[in-house]
Amino acid sequence: MVSTLETRQAVEEISSDYKYGFVTDIETVKAPKGLSEEVIRFISAKKDEPAWLLDWRLKSYKKWLKMEEPDWAMLDYEKPDFQDIYYYAAPKSADDRPKSLDEVDPELLKTYEKLGISLQEQEVLSGVAVDIVFDSVSVATTFRKALKEKGVIFCSISEAARDYPVLMKKYLGSVVPAADNFYATLNSAVFTDGTFVYIPKGVRCPMELSTYFRINEANTGQFERTLIIADDNSYVSYLEGCTAPMRDENQLHAAVVEIVVLDEAEVKYSTVQNWYPGDKNGIGGIYNFVTKRAACRGLNSKVSWTQVETGSAITWKYPSCILQGDGSVGEFYSVAITNNYQQADTGTKMIHIGKNTSSTIISKGISAGKAQNIYRGLVKVMPNAENTRNFTQCDSLLIGDECGAHTVPYIEAKNPTSQIEHEATTSKISDEQLFYCLQRGLDVEESVSLIVNGFCKEVMQQLPMEFAVEAQKLLGISLEGSVG
Amino acid sequence: MLEIKNLHVEVGGQKILKGLNLNINDGEVHAIMGPNGAGKSTLSYAICGKPGYEITEGSVTFKGKNFLELEASERAGEGVFLGFQYPVEIPGVSNINFLRAAINSVRKYRNEGELAAGDFLKLIRSKAAELEMDPEMLKRAVNVGFSGGEKKRNEMVQMSMLDPIFAVLDETDSGLDIDALRIVADGINRMRCPEKSILVITHYQRLLDYVVPDFVHVLANGKIVKSGDKSLAIRLEKEGYAGLGIEENVA
Repeated sequence: MVSTLETRQAVEEISSDYKYGFVTDIETVKAPKGLSEEVIRFISAKKDEPAWLLDWRLKSYKKWLKMEEPDWAMLDYEKPDFQDIYYYAAPKSADDRPKSLDEVDPELLKTYEKLGISLQEQEVLSGVAVDIVFDSVSVATTFRKALKEKGVIFCSISEAARDYPVLMKKYLGSVVPAADNFYATLNSAVFTDGTFVYIPKGVRCPMELSTYFRINEANTGQFERTLIIADDNSYVSYLEGCTAPMRDENQLHAAVVEIVVLDEAEVKYSTVQNWYPGDKNGIGGIYNFVTKRAACRGLNSKVSWTQVETGSAITWKYPSCILQGDGSVGEFYSVAITNNYQQADTGTKMIHIGKNTSSTIISKGISAGKAQNIYRGLVKVMPNAENTRNFTQCDSLLIGDECGAHTVPYIEAKNPTSQIEHEATTSKISDEQLFYCLQRGLDVEESVSLIVNGFCKEVMQQLPMEFAVEAQKLLGISLEGSVG
Repeated sequence: MLEIKNLHVEVGGQKILKGLNLNINDGEVHAIMGPNGAGKSTLSYAICGKPGYEITEGSVTFKGKNFLELEASERAGEGVFLGFQYPVEIPGVSNINFLRAAINSVRKYRNEGELAAGDFLKLIRSKAAELEMDPEMLKRAVNVGFSGGEKKRNEMVQMSMLDPIFAVLDETDSGLDIDALRIVADGINRMRCPEKSILVITHYQRLLDYVVPDFVHVLANGKIVKSGDKSLAIRLEKEGYAGLGIEENVA
């Protein structure tokens, strides 16, 4: 991966010159290390935020100060030092960035090649300073125009705070309250940027909305905040992330995603997470502590989470559905791959509140190396939720004998008419399966990739086509070196 | 084509093959028979390079190449196919995708370009028809929920698609009813030509009624103890291994 350590050192060197106050240098605008009310005011001012939002941040911060980092997850890691983190740094200037692909880590380039990513895109992803107007910008422009015609709002959350205060005030923190949990509260205090989406009544968003189109626009950073609102009878498919590993200088990521789905509306949210997992010995890697939650508030509303999690050293993530509207539907499709020393504690929560609500959970966990993979899921049926249904299937696949897979289902049914099914399996890639593939001419990596993709098929099918092909390759790449 | 000299193979520290010699020339069909635990499957795995089968002594030469230096997938690339006794299930991977991946890997090994999707589909449909396989089976996951006969038929379709120059068929006939047996035999006979060779491992004489071998060998206690022509198989069937003075060791 790209010189995370070097960059950090470079930043530290620079910052030592500025220990007496905030930097207002045009090239490198950053807040000093650590978290304080001042830093939050600085961020808010940088974003030109309205007073109510600063207030919201400060309240969150005060709550956060009284909170403790949770330790119920089956994760073993050194707790981050929150005073040793930069909470705001403007994107690096062109001078600091690699001048061409020749200066980029060859390992990273090898991965791009395997994923079939074009040279131009490689430059963008690896943060090469390109000053020509490249294709994706013009694509993004056309794209915005088409959205505008339909009345779809797709912008950064900072922009939304300025331009759409009514929607923001109404929905920000309405699904994941500021005091929800340690990391969500931290995010509420310091979020640097993120995405805002509003789909008006009766509109079917004409294209997949992808964060990828916003890559060159903003370095969304470590505390990303996303808010999606689907108004009555609307539909949107949203893609988060990218199959390619991206340059990333932050070790701690604590994002929040909130989705509000109104009457008869549907949101499909797909994620491919491929952040730096650390090296073969478990050194380095991103801590990914995310809170994602959707509220199906409307009648017959629907939300579908699909995630392919292959990166990060630590993943702590439970995209959830609050099924409030009668007849609402929640779905969770997940593939989580852990290799080497990676740890993932991931799953979902399906809270059935409305009548005739239903939920489906399909989770595929793959462990290799010395990794630990935990599925943790809650299915909760409230007393008034008549005739609810849930189906859960958790499958684990082990590669090698030093890794672990664990399934931790929580089921709370308070209505006797509910129907809840849970199935779980654990299997291994057998020597026989592997040899069968080898004998047909596939090499070890191709064989593992084929078997794993077969294992994940039900989830991969849920991904939008353009994502699915790359994601398939990604599964193979993530497991390289796990056998033989 | 294939020359095996003084082959010693250990599996998990246990000596299975103890000095086996076998020579197969271009265009020949050889059959290996033998009691349970004699090392028949071990021989097929050793030829194909299954990990865990340790060659402690001897050599395997294929088309002049030292085969022992090649990985299993490379041996497949050289044109060796193993028809499995127990074909493995691969959930979620369709037969068609599996074969396409396999064929393109083999082609890559031989520095040939990928087979275009259209050509591939045409080829696989015609092969499936030849072997009387329902085209719907091609869409199903590899061997998942297949009957014993369907699995073996699937092996024949794979063989026919991969078009090897040397095939080892490890008890491909076991568990087959007479119709399936005829189809498998037909698949083997289709491959027969002066440039290709086949090694058939079998328990029963009956397959050899359909696939007439040039040579029959009896494998016992890790060695070939007797060789002959088809009449040896018939004698074995009548008199049993004991009739030939071979002790049947229980595996």
